[in-house]
Amino acid sequence: MLSYEFMRKSFIMGVMIALIAPTIGYFLVLRRQSVIGDTLSHVALSGAAFGMITQIYPVYTAIIFSITAALGIEGLRKKYENYAEISLSIVLSTGVGLASVLISLGNTQGILSYLFGSLAFVTNQDIIMVVGLGVIILATIVFLYDDMFYITFDEESAYLAGISNKLINIYFSILVALTVAISMRIVGVLLISSLMVLPVAASLLIAKSFKSGLMYSIMFGIMSVIIGLILSFYLDLAPGGTIVLSALLILIIIIIVESIKK
Amino acid sequence: MEEQIVSVENASFSYGTNTVLDNVSLKINKGDFVGIIGHNGSAKSTLLKLMVGLLKPDKGTIKLFGTSVEKFKDYKKIGYISQNVRDFNQMFPATVEEVVSINLYHKRNLFTRFRNKDNEKIEKILEIVEMDKFKTSKIGNLSGGQKQRVFIARSLVNNPKILFMDEPLVGIDLESQNKFYDLLSKLNNEYNITLVMISHDVGVISKKVDKIFCLTDGKVYVHDKNNDVYINRLKDIYGEDVNMLFHKH
Ligand SMILES: Nc1ncnc2c1ncn2[C@@H]1O[C@H](COP(=O)(O)OP(=O)(O)OP(=O)(O)O)[C@@H](O)[C@H]1O
Ligand SMILES: [Mg+2]
Repeated sequence: MLSYEFMRKSFIMGVMIALIAPTIGYFLVLRRQSVIGDTLSHVALSGAAFGMITQIYPVYTAIIFSITAALGIEGLRKKYENYAEISLSIVLSTGVGLASVLISLGNTQGILSYLFGSLAFVTNQDIIMVVGLGVIILATIVFLYDDMFYITFDEESAYLAGISNKLINIYFSILVALTVAISMRIVGVLLISSLMVLPVAASLLIAKSFKSGLMYSIMFGIMSVIIGLILSFYLDLAPGGTIVLSALLILIIIIIVESIKK
Repeated sequence: MEEQIVSVENASFSYGTNTVLDNVSLKINKGDFVGIIGHNGSAKSTLLKLMVGLLKPDKGTIKLFGTSVEKFKDYKKIGYISQNVRDFNQMFPATVEEVVSINLYHKRNLFTRFRNKDNEKIEKILEIVEMDKFKTSKIGNLSGGQKQRVFIARSLVNNPKILFMDEPLVGIDLESQNKFYDLLSKLNNEYNITLVMISHDVGVISKKVDKIFCLTDGKVYVHDKNNDVYINRLKDIYGEDVNMLFHKH
């Protein structure tokens, strides 16, 4: 199947996303912010719709919309300190509302491919963006791994150790937004947050350390994407859905194996 | 003159309109072992957070090592163990070693960690808190007392001058409590670390510490081992028991 150029492209895309989404998801889940993925993806959808209407490349508008939303969430989080999820609901509602209005304005026939993901029409532009994002996230892990671990584990102490929580939180929000907007070409808006959460959920059942938790998350992410893409190609299924169902299958296998062990 | 490590002068703090500390003043000197007591909601944790700079006072000044907390940047000198550490997520994937080494690594990147020197230091510190056997254990699987030791170790990595602990002994059995106090005396006497600790067990802590800050109705009453001025006040709040214990000094 790799003799098809579009399959080669989507494989590159898929594997990069499999590296990126669970890495970002790992920190989100451990900070109990996994819903952010869902929230931002709905906003990204409205961004994509906006792009279609205005004839701008929809991934770009999705990026702008989701970064704005991510910063909005960070801002609102301070207003509702003890009910952080309220800020997520506010932004989620905005995203859904905006998306449905924009889609109803017409000229958005392509929106389905952003909803459920699509292997066709992966452009070189998409690949450049996803590789670029991959490089940024890799560099972030190299240089900020310990700061991110510290903040994730114990935000107060991280602050007292002189880490600028605010800056890192904003930077991280932007990474989440970029991940969502760029990944939706393949996995689809509705499923991207699953790819951020499911591999991590499986990983947490077996991880003994922070490092191994991150490794397992990425490993399960890559397995889901490869299995999912192969199945979707040969069975002609929606790639996003098969990827997410593969991730779910891995999670279920791990749950079963772990409970047999006990 | 004794070196002052913490000084709180006429500090007040409110959550909204609820004033929980009202014009409070106190001092902590180098080498002190201070106990903070008071009923639930008497603002013990709030006072600790003010002293480390997690909260800012509405009025008054708080200084650490002579510098006002807002300007204080010498983070390594202070260790703080919050009241929440014991109930963090059990599933959190982190080993004792990862938690303890975080203060060594967070200013570096992945290429400049794991030097031999670092490993030796971490091992030595885990020995001090008697947790060397648990280096690779998952932190969520440790008991409450063991977790407290790990968090102390995390602070010790910085060679701190003062350690603030918010109720480290809650839910810890008597024998482990005694061992914990042994560890604290070692830190206090051998390593010259000033200790500030919140506790509900008035009877025990009053035997161990040099100074007690008793919080009630937004005020702080200081009882010094060498100065019994406030003893009657303590007696009012906690009854006869305290009086007897204090006279053992
Ligand atoms: N974030 C907050 N917002 C509003 N009020 C608060 C907040 N934190 C504490 N309070 C109030 O301030 C008072 C002091 O709280 P604090 O946590 O300092 O007490 P404490 O002495 O540590 O109590 P405990 O023994 O239960 O730990 C309490 O009445 C509490 O309800
Ligand atoms: Mg408290």
